[in-house]
Amino acid sequence: MRAIIQVAFKKTVLDPQGRAITQALQSHGHEEILGVRQGKFFEIDLAPGTSRETARSNLERLAAEVLSNPVIEDYEVTVLEPS
Amino acid sequence: MKFGVVIFPGSNCDHDAVYALSGNLGQSVTEIWHESEDLGDVDAVFLPGGFSYGDYLRCGAIARFSPVIRSVRNFARMGGLVIGVCNGFQILCETGLLEGALIRNRGLRFICRTVDVVPGTSNSPFTSNCRTDRPLRIPIAHGEGCYIADDATLDRLEAEDRIAFRYHGENPNGSRREIAGVLGVGRNVLGMMPHPERACDPAVGSSDGSAVFHSMIAAAEAARALHAA
Repeated sequence: MRAIIQVAFKKTVLDPQGRAITQALQSHGHEEILGVRQGKFFEIDLAPGTSRETARSNLERLAAEVLSNPVIEDYEVTVLEPS
Repeated sequence: MKFGVVIFPGSNCDHDAVYALSGNLGQSVTEIWHESEDLGDVDAVFLPGGFSYGDYLRCGAIARFSPVIRSVRNFARMGGLVIGVCNGFQILCETGLLEGALIRNRGLRFICRTVDVVPGTSNSPFTSNCRTDRPLRIPIAHGEGCYIADDATLDRLEAEDRIAFRYHGENPNGSRREIAGVLGVGRNVLGMMPHPERACDPAVGSSDGSAVFHSMIAAAEAARALHAA
């Protein structure tokens, strides 16, 4: 089983890297792009047999306490079905 | 006075701190490895600048889980003096000993130059020897020094007189309300982006940074006198 955790700046926090990327893409001719926010992507492998509920609750906690900084970032946890 | 300078893998201002504190200020200094939980009998802990644990995840985020930080947390809780400079400031924010966070500079560039900072208060063990109407010339050297906190937190820091330093004149990194350094709730923890340890020797252009350490030395001496009485 795998899980994906995405972390990005809160909407209220200025993301200067995202802004620089936006400007680069716009100057590349893509005026349809209004904004880019850059974030982090964690792909997490879980031991076989881990319960979905346990995985989700543990990962929510880890995302909140370790993988993101709640002062500046939001996160999203997605537990993927075993393929 | 005895300072403990913490060394993480990736710290690179630890020797500057040792040089300034022992060489320029004549104080006793011990180096504390990040895996040690024993701070010894230090009067103050110095968290130096650098790139602890490669700045992986976020600046200061991995250092927060190191054994030494557990002890630093307890030391601070018991009223011990803790100063974090640059990466040390980032670590103190990540540990929650200080409010706010430090993100990439507004201009995206790493900035390495001397700036003017104004002490926001002289009511702290780190700034008692400073005058709030006299800027200090202290170098900054950081890529992620833009101080961020929400309005309610910033209002509280101001109301409680916990802004230790503000940039004077130009705001180099986009920090909210020009904040260059903040104090913790108990006023015994300071985080600041400018490097006072790099401004303790007239040979390097400024010795204004020594005001911070002279303040700490005075605070430690006062505490010792109180203890002895």
